[in-house]
Amino acid sequence: MIEKADQIFVLLQHWLVSFLPAGLQPVAGVLLSVVVIVCLFPALFALAVWMERKGLGRIQNRLGPNRVGPFGLLQPIADGIKSLTKEDIVPRSADAAVHFLAPVVLVVTVFMGFAVLPMGRNMVLADMDAGLLFYFAMGASTELAVFMAGWSSRNKYSLLGAMRAVAQMISYEVVLLLSSVAVVMITGSLSLTKIVEAQNHYSWGLPHWYIFTPWGCAGFVMYAIAATAETNRSPFDLPEGESELVAGYHTEYSGFKFALFFLGEYLAMFSISGLGTTLFLGGWSAPFSWLGWVPSWIWFFSKLMLSIFVFIWMRGTLPRLRQDQLMNFAWKFVLPMCLLNLLVAGLWRFMGDGWPRWVVCSAILVLAYVGMGWGEMRRKHFGARSYRYAE
Amino acid sequence: MSVVFYLLAALTVAGGLAAVMLKNTVHCALALTVAFAGLALFFLDLDAQFAGFAQILVYIGAVAILVVFAILLTKGSETPKEGVYSRNWLAGLAIAAGVFAVLGWAVLQSARVLPGPEGTPTATPVVTVLDIGHALMGRYVLPLEIVALLLTAALIGAVIVAMHEKEGAK
Amino acid sequence: MLGEGILKGLAETARNFAGSFVSAERLTTVQYPEQRIAPIEATRDFPFLVYDGKDWEAGMRCVACQICEKECPPKCIYIVKSTDKKPDALGKMQIYPTRFDIDISVCMSCQICVEVCPFEAIKMDTEFELSTTDRFGGLLLDRKQLSKSNEHYHRIHPTEAAEVDARLAGEKAKSDAKAKAATAAAAAKAAAAPASSAAAPSPAATDAAPAASAALAETDVAPGGNGAGNPAVGPADGESRA
Repeated sequence: MIEKADQIFVLLQHWLVSFLPAGLQPVAGVLLSVVVIVCLFPALFALAVWMERKGLGRIQNRLGPNRVGPFGLLQPIADGIKSLTKEDIVPRSADAAVHFLAPVVLVVTVFMGFAVLPMGRNMVLADMDAGLLFYFAMGASTELAVFMAGWSSRNKYSLLGAMRAVAQMISYEVVLLLSSVAVVMITGSLSLTKIVEAQNHYSWGLPHWYIFTPWGCAGFVMYAIAATAETNRSPFDLPEGESELVAGYHTEYSGFKFALFFLGEYLAMFSISGLGTTLFLGGWSAPFSWLGWVPSWIWFFSKLMLSIFVFIWMRGTLPRLRQDQLMNFAWKFVLPMCLLNLLVAGLWRFMGDGWPRWVVCSAILVLAYVGMGWGEMRRKHFGARSYRYAE
Repeated sequence: MSVVFYLLAALTVAGGLAAVMLKNTVHCALALTVAFAGLALFFLDLDAQFAGFAQILVYIGAVAILVVFAILLTKGSETPKEGVYSRNWLAGLAIAAGVFAVLGWAVLQSARVLPGPEGTPTATPVVTVLDIGHALMGRYVLPLEIVALLLTAALIGAVIVAMHEKEGAK
Repeated sequence: MLGEGILKGLAETARNFAGSFVSAERLTTVQYPEQRIAPIEATRDFPFLVYDGKDWEAGMRCVACQICEKECPPKCIYIVKSTDKKPDALGKMQIYPTRFDIDISVCMSCQICVEVCPFEAIKMDTEFELSTTDRFGGLLLDRKQLSKSNEHYHRIHPTEAAEVDARLAGEKAKSDAKAKAATAAAAAKAAAAPASSAAAPSPAATDAAPAASAALAETDVAPGGNGAGNPAVGPADGESRA
């Protein structure tokens, strides 16, 4: 029974596919999974938008949307209908073909990333050896879509937003990759299913998730920072900084194409949260061994939504960074810490079991963090803002 | 040679041709990206996952963006009024033919070295990412380290060049 | 330590998030169309024209002096002067606006028109539900739409309106006194006149009144309350004191 609940989607797929002739079955199975992913995540997107608006409202002591449906739950549907019925405006001097292609490329590449995420036991669309590499390859392609959108709009705000977005995504992609490499080093595999399986065992009822190791904890923090920057979420939302750039690279988009960008942004958030969950939070494994009877996909999606909630919480808390702060943070703080973390992961791998590796690895990371933080803070002069020309 | 091969070949060649013939430089860069993507798909078609994904990651994710940045940050983004064909196209053609000849020769040579069709054509060795990793970290560790050192030197050099300029500006 | 501020900030927002569910005074939201809060007295958005009495056309205080039109920074006021005159609130014959349009899509609610108006004729309204389906015609208000009674003014800005009324009443009393003095002087003149022209005393008095008013016109005093007086004056005064 428990086994059935855990594998319900896999069994359902097999059952549906079994009606078809044997030759078509593999293709049909894949197509079915694709359809489910393509339907499920936009539905989750609607839910996340509702959650975000409600959550931000509560953080600012407001109610959030509460008119459409109970607790405003139908608000995303109303928004969707609105954006579908809006006029699709293409600026006269815009590059129409590229302008049209950009949102399509973005959404397609973001959707591709979901193919390798194990969303439950045996629930992965394409279990490849190089799953992580595939994910990053797809993630890198979204940059081009952002550039296409910004460039083809023939609008200075769009272009500036796109340039910022691309510069930011390239900078933080390095961090994202390096923080994931630590996991690959320990697991010895690029396959995401193998990474989850490596974390899916327990001692004293507690899981062996990578976040509960010194290098994993540090790696997770850096992964989270890079993920926030990769998805252009606050506090790294400079590419669409509305106070200076109108809306960044999607300034000139309206109607359904704008909705696609919006969807792409949230899908990127989901997929990057899913990858973070897989790499550091044990993927679909239960947090305690006695909770093992709960279906694995429930764990994956609860962890996913929890990460989304943290994204929203961060957005409600932190102000936007400045461009130079953003770049300095990436190259002068997070990247060195990432390189150090690789070293620590290597130490962890070769120091053998026992407590010494815990002490040594933690000490190196904490000392580096405190030292770098102290160095950074010492150079800053806090106090009242001074002006050069005013006064 | 399957249908997939011809489709991908058409895509890649079309992308490559467009990259050379289009007037707008940014369009050329985007067409070049299509050619890159076609190549990556070729690798995937040949079951070379690592090479295919690395191609996407490096060429579409980084090189294409680099090209685009270079175009936008220099004056090359303006569309030329007259044709895109250079006056000394003959020299260009010669160079292109030379490069093509070298690459073709290399490909033909490697085909002779590998276990060719006289062996068992269906039983091609399965090379997994794990094997590539072992090879890189075992037999080819020295070349890898040298390349890494070279790239690090280039990186530091770039940083120093950038820093020097900034100080000069002050 | 680095990152301390972020943690503090996260704790603060978490407190707000949780607190908005438990404590009612944190949530200041009002469910607007059903629930309303009265605007504070200093609220202002777009100007309106004040009129005295019941009839907006007769009681309009505006004399089409066009000062507001000239002062308006975004130039959203358009006035056409009348060619004829009609008695104003104080009973003086005045030009009146045949057109007075304000484009509230242009108006920036700066209140400069109110500050420069010497006749207390234009004031700031608090009406904000002005949405319309016609963004050009619907937001261009003509003088009929702009006219609102003095009672409305009292309702939205009681303190300010009382001050204005007191000032107007003072002016009115002053002008009344001067007019009375003028009529008295005219009467005295008329009484002294019979010696020279004893034939018709009453036409002489009616001739003298405009002459006196012309002499006093510089000091902004209305002509005396003779037969040509304003019928609207009486009720207007009664209202403004009410």
